[in-house]
Amino acid sequence: MLQRLQHLLGIESLTHEQITFILDQAKPFQEFHRYPLKKLATLRGKTVALAFFENSTRTRISFGTAAARLGADTMNLQAESSSLKKGESLLDTVHTLEAMRPDGIVIRHSSSGAPEMVAQRSGIPVINAGDGTHEHPSQALLDALTIRDRKGKLDGWNVTIVGDILHSRVARSNIHLLSKFGTRFTLCGPAMWVPREAESLAPNIRRTGRIEEAVDGADVVMVLRVQTERIHEPALAPEEYILRYQLTPARLRLAKPDAIVMHPGPMIRGLEIDPAVADGPQSCVLEQVSNGLAVRMALLYHLVGRAPIDAPHPAKERSNAAD
Amino acid sequence: MRIVEKRQLLSGEEIDRTIQRVAHEIVEKTGGAKDLALVGIRRRGVPLSERLAKTIRAFAHVDVPIGTLDITLYRDDLSTIGPQPVVQSTHIDFAVDDRDLVIVDDVLYTGRTTRAAINGLFDLGRPRRIMLCVLIDRGHRELPVEATFIGRTVDTTDTEIVEVRLREIDGEERVVLVDRVP
Repeated sequence: MLQRLQHLLGIESLTHEQITFILDQAKPFQEFHRYPLKKLATLRGKTVALAFFENSTRTRISFGTAAARLGADTMNLQAESSSLKKGESLLDTVHTLEAMRPDGIVIRHSSSGAPEMVAQRSGIPVINAGDGTHEHPSQALLDALTIRDRKGKLDGWNVTIVGDILHSRVARSNIHLLSKFGTRFTLCGPAMWVPREAESLAPNIRRTGRIEEAVDGADVVMVLRVQTERIHEPALAPEEYILRYQLTPARLRLAKPDAIVMHPGPMIRGLEIDPAVADGPQSCVLEQVSNGLAVRMALLYHLVGRAPIDAPHPAKERSNAAD
Repeated sequence: MRIVEKRQLLSGEEIDRTIQRVAHEIVEKTGGAKDLALVGIRRRGVPLSERLAKTIRAFAHVDVPIGTLDITLYRDDLSTIGPQPVVQSTHIDFAVDDRDLVIVDDVLYTGRTTRAAINGLFDLGRPRRIMLCVLIDRGHRELPVEATFIGRTVDTTDTEIVEVRLREIDGEERVVLVDRVP
């Protein structure tokens, strides 16, 4: 059960039940966003360290807002900070933060496996906010919540992912998650970004270099951005990428009529996605963002909110506590 | 440590009669259920609030809105217990401002649940009045909380537990006093 999970390092090792639990627990937090007063005292007195060793706007703000709305305080480490520029190691940075006793740490790092390394050496819960090209678990969870809400269920959809699959931790986490729910995947992009090894990530994956073929009959189309900061020589000139892989209204019409379009952000309108699609009725990008807040509140509530593992259970002694 | 049933406090019939009487009291106190809304505290406050609304509709011919409130996020013991309790949804689809709200719960004990419920309601707006309705008041208050509408008041010891069983949740209808014995 999630309630015995100490860290959230990746989706790959989560069970179907644990994922469903997190999505179900995000629902009350979705409703919470309609309250006039968006402040709880649930995690009052707790501190969440946001250790973002790699640049991020939306994920960092999302986790920070989630913590604040639960009443927690945050320690904010950002990529451009001077200590990292002075050459401080990851572990030293983490131990420095830990000396100030946070109750949980959210880490984004450019090295795959960094959050796991920290979790092994840390006494507090660690949440992976994106590590290298490995996983981005909270993104996959918010994507799953968005699919489940928009389409009524999570099981058995045809999901097409377009873009740089090779370098995408978002793609990886989504594949790990949705494959536990019977999804059929189609991966599409320039050949050097959609390696054959991707087919072994889960059952029911096919690859194609042609977006028309990829989008045909899709229930969900996930568009990834072109990660120019991650690769030093773009594999394709932008003009060619637009010509061959941009999701245009015409191409989207090949998908099922009730197909939804998703994008982890930030979007480059006119590059990987046509503005009309980005802003059209099938686009879920803004819902993804608000679902991200709800999912992260649920994660912080369950992982950071808990008492130390060996704490007694006074609630069990309370006879007529609300159940 | 075993749980032993000591005595029955209310039978199914008595629960029903109590709800009838309390429903009448609520209508009386709110001047005919004007601006009234009921908020059931999960879990057993929910079927109780539904029954109260149904009773009020039957004799006063007023449709009282019902909401459900999950107080998990407002509990004061969260940092001391182990795994976090599961959060359920709060469903209050009427405006809370300027309303006469009656919080409905099965048992009033320390008063901490009521405090949490008041916090939850204030996050939604500014009610004109909040009153508390409980099936059983078992004493042992740890906060200055009192119920406006009480089904029955019972004296209990610290180790005893008042168990309210309702057909919607427990499949039977009775209120029993149980104790923990070594």
